[in-house]
Amino acid sequence: MKVVSVEEAIAMIPDGASVMIGGFMGVGTPERLVDELVRQRKSNLFVIANDAAVPGKGIGKLVDAGLVTRMIASHIGLNPRAQQQMMAEKMAIDLVPQGTLAERIRAGGCGLGGVLTPTGVGTTVEQGKQKIEVDGKTYLLETALHADFALVHTFLADYLGNLAYVLTARNFNPVMAMAADTVMVTAENIVPVGVIAPDHVVTPGPLVDYLIANG
Amino acid sequence: MDAQTTIAKRVALELRSGMLVNLGIGIPTLVANYVPADLRVFFQSENGLIGTGSIPEQGMEHPLLTDAGGRPISALPGACTFDSAVSFGLIRGGHVDMTVLGGLQVDGRGHLANWTIPGKMVPGMGGAMDLVTGAKRVIVAMQHAAKGKSKIVKKCNLPLTSARTVDLVVTDMAVIGFPDGRATLMETAPGVSVADVIANTEAELVVPAKVPEMAI
Repeated sequence: MKVVSVEEAIAMIPDGASVMIGGFMGVGTPERLVDELVRQRKSNLFVIANDAAVPGKGIGKLVDAGLVTRMIASHIGLNPRAQQQMMAEKMAIDLVPQGTLAERIRAGGCGLGGVLTPTGVGTTVEQGKQKIEVDGKTYLLETALHADFALVHTFLADYLGNLAYVLTARNFNPVMAMAADTVMVTAENIVPVGVIAPDHVVTPGPLVDYLIANG
Repeated sequence: MDAQTTIAKRVALELRSGMLVNLGIGIPTLVANYVPADLRVFFQSENGLIGTGSIPEQGMEHPLLTDAGGRPISALPGACTFDSAVSFGLIRGGHVDMTVLGGLQVDGRGHLANWTIPGKMVPGMGGAMDLVTGAKRVIVAMQHAAKGKSKIVKKCNLPLTSARTVDLVVTDMAVIGFPDGRATLMETAPGVSVADVIANTEAELVVPAKVPEMAI
């Protein structure tokens, strides 16, 4: 793990990269990394995230700046600009059931090719997907998701990159920290090794490539 | 009593002590206001919390403690937090005893459409498909009709949320169940007659000889 400035971190992300971004309606989203994506005008991004938040917050800022051309998300209903861009075909959005999204990302991080889920069977979600019967029950084969970068936010990070989250800011962050080639983390508090007890570490340090220096 | 209060109070009668319950946004959220004091119910918020409490007092909000709509909430003693994969493992894995969701349409067999109006409203399904597919019991809380049109229809013309049918529909006019896979009038709301319900329901309703009034 390396400690870098937010400017250095975002400079490593090329235009057109696939980027997983943690957070749920902007809660637990690494705002400093998002702000820097906007400042450096990284464009043509393929964003994988739970939702598009609201204009002016979290992933909503990337949508405001028109930097996202493709998105996989479970919900964009609270961001009218994301809906407009989808309707106008400026942004291609795959809408995925939230539990399926979490499992596809988890699968991507765990070396699995995908998961079998009953969610979506008999709905428009099953279109174009393989149906597999196991013990008499029908499932959809949902393939794994992997990204070039994961942008993660945590409450606590120690000097080795061990992470502990709080309250509802955990959400998609731990599964995304497993599912990308390069993992970048912002932390509300960077603390000495040992402050986070081994049993309380949620994301093991070796998964983290870059910890963004505070300040 | 207004329509939303009628619905929320009636749904609350379905709660049992020890249940793990997920409430959707809108009318379902109001159900939490009518939990009897002697009942210990665990409410899940799918963004990663069991033990959601009421809206915190002003100045007591925490930016990292919110409901699935991103609004500040509190957590009750004994609450626990988890990531989205665990949250939906709870939902899809059949660990959630009951979910209450809003609806756009429910058909005569109990199929629910509640996530999109193609061309008009395409918000995404969020957690709705997983909830309807995986929760042990699915209750739809919605107005009986919208803009003069019944929401209990013969066949849904909006995209379905799940192939799985729902267990109970609670509206401002009636409680409808699906024993034997057919929409059946279980109860009427106070001041609403069986004839009123039939007149406002597009789907064919099985009407038992005796239909009690909601005990709210």
